Amino acid sequence: MADDLFKALADPTRRIILDELTEKSGQTLFEICSRLSMKHQLGISRQGISQHLAVLEAAGLVETRREGRYKFHDLNTAPLRRIAERWLGADAPGPEESTP
Amino acid sequence: MKIHLTSVFVDDQAKAEHFYTEVLGFVKKHDVPVGGEARWLTVVSPDEPGGTELLLEPAGHPAARTYRDTLVQDGIPLAQFAVDDVHAEHERLTGLGVVFTQDPLEMGPVTTAVFDDTCGNLIQIATEPK
Repeated sequence: MADDLFKALADPTRRIILDELTEKSGQTLFEICSRLSMKHQLGISRQGISQHLAVLEAAGLVETRREGRYKFHDLNTAPLRRIAERWLGADAPGPEESTP
Repeated sequence: MKIHLTSVFVDDQAKAEHFYTEVLGFVKKHDVPVGGEARWLTVVSPDEPGGTELLLEPAGHPAARTYRDTLVQDGIPLAQFAVDDVHAEHERLTGLGVVFTQDPLEMGPVTTAVFDDTCGNLIQIATEPK
């Protein structure tokens, strides 16, 4: 599980996908593709993006949800909290609050 | 050569006629029976009565269902219409009960949004790039 997570985070495109899902959870594949090509000028095929999403899903960072005929992708930050707690402890301030 | 007609497959032509005229605001251009219950049914923009026609074509062919269902699942629109203000149009259509699979999204010079046409397709609206 931890290996999947670190592998998922090791890729810059996948981190951008997480950034975009942080801005708005619940996106179709089409919206994710639009954001990557139009906002980030990333020339990745839809199949390529699907593969990135599959890696993120295997790591538990992205969850898919079917709503009627549509499929939406949601962000799940729970795995990140687990790795932060592993070294920082459950009561430690989150990474965003700590000083470098 | 000119693009004078393009088409979307629709589940039900009567329902499509209502949605594309009453809800979206296009006007009917041609409505001709073509055998069985099928009609040659086209609409145009009131701003461009002589412009490109959109044919609302019956989705009777079995391949049309697979094709459209797969695209809808991934949120992929089948047509794009230009509007002056995507945010205003989103608000107007949402008020009329239209479901959006993508809310207005600003991406550089272009703003887009994607909605369900209730006849089996997703449609993208966009501001025309200046």
